[in-house]
Amino acid sequence: MSSNVNSVANTLKIALILCAICSVVISGAAVILKPMQTANQILDRNKNILIAAGMFDPAVNSNADVASMFERFNARIVDLDNGTFLSDEEAQRLGLDPLTYSESAAKNDPALSDALGGEDDVANIRRRVKYATVYTIDNADGSFESVVLPVSGYGLWGIMYGYLALEGDGNTVQGIGFYDHKETPGLGGEISNPRWQAQWPGKHIYGDNSEVTFAVVKGGGPGESQVDALSGATLTSRGVENMIAFWLGERGFGRFLNNEVKG
Amino acid sequence: MSEMSKTILIKPIFKENPIALQILGVCSALAVTTSLQVTLVMCIALTTVTAFSNLFISMLRNNMPGSIRIIIQMTVIASLVILVDQILKAYAYEISKQLSVFVGLIITNCIVMGRAEAFAMKNPPIPSFLDGIGNGLGYSLVLIIVGTLRELFGAGTLLGFTVLPTVANGGWYQPNGLMLLAPSAFFIIGFFIWILRERNVEQIEKNEFPMSAHTAEKGAH
Repeated sequence: MSSNVNSVANTLKIALILCAICSVVISGAAVILKPMQTANQILDRNKNILIAAGMFDPAVNSNADVASMFERFNARIVDLDNGTFLSDEEAQRLGLDPLTYSESAAKNDPALSDALGGEDDVANIRRRVKYATVYTIDNADGSFESVVLPVSGYGLWGIMYGYLALEGDGNTVQGIGFYDHKETPGLGGEISNPRWQAQWPGKHIYGDNSEVTFAVVKGGGPGESQVDALSGATLTSRGVENMIAFWLGERGFGRFLNNEVKG
Repeated sequence: MSEMSKTILIKPIFKENPIALQILGVCSALAVTTSLQVTLVMCIALTTVTAFSNLFISMLRNNMPGSIRIIIQMTVIASLVILVDQILKAYAYEISKQLSVFVGLIITNCIVMGRAEAFAMKNPPIPSFLDGIGNGLGYSLVLIIVGTLRELFGAGTLLGFTVLPTVANGGWYQPNGLMLLAPSAFFIIGFFIWILRERNVEQIEKNEFPMSAHTAEKGAH
């Protein structure tokens, strides 16, 4: 019996059967659960956009409210180099759909992103996408009530991902929300604390010369484009400042805001 | 339930606790215990994986060629872990985001592999399944204690509800930042092992070699 079990034929047989069973179980589960997982991801993203825009309060609203609240937003893809919205034809030609386009996937695709080097890479994100999805609430006269931009930048331990919501003037902050970061809980992780984020609304990104003057400063907060840094998290605070400097600068959404929003 | 199954189930909780006596699975005990909610999900995930991997490996044990024994164990464990990860992503998305890589790392959790190799390879399926649950519970006990202390003193909350209002939120409690960092779990587990061994003296290991006397007394200067 034991020599039979240990024979080469039996070893191969057992290995094959086991692999076949395991792969069927795993792929079956992956296929069956996929729709729910995708729905969860979209729900989570939409919720974070609403939180950044100050429309969703986790203490009051539940996940069930997200869909109806999110209906007011339009998702459109922006060409960061030209600083314009992509027309439907262009988006179609590039194969981009605002509902499914993912910045994180595009970041690994050389056709949709380019490498950043040295001084250009303020936020330390290595690659920059050429297109980004922007969420807007449109007014009847073509101006915007709210513009939500995806932002990302390196903190202390890894890249922080979030959304920054601006008012229709493309300058005043409506709010900020982070949906993924690896900062130390209790120190840098406080970027997710609503009490810290409460300083952001009303601050101005740009100074008089349309340069980014927004800063995260120690013991600050009173200036019209300053928020208070997090104590014990200097590098995270600096990361947040660099993130804003990059994404609202020339290589980020700067041109788009000038062309399409401030107008 | 027979007396024997009861022993198999209860023993790993205090007498042969996988973390406190066998010092297995400490890595994840440090990583996922900053908040109690995440800790609880991790405990459920690990207990499930250990129980079912023990069950399947025990069912396969008589047909398992010795040369690919470990590979088969890893395949079974890895499949179960991926399954748990997929289910968490579908039904508990926010928690799975917080657990991130640590669910995947159950594959390398020493408890799962250790119990498969030490118990399931030699025992029938049902006792193996119970042994998996027992060890999962032993792991959970330590993790829940560590998680409770860390979240309470590190953030002033339990399961997200405020217990000690912190200064940052307008209360009086100044949170202990150390509690949120990994070393605090080491200290708590250390104290836990100490208390456990004070009560169960037989758990104290014998010295592997006698310590020689300090030489300074003899006037080494």
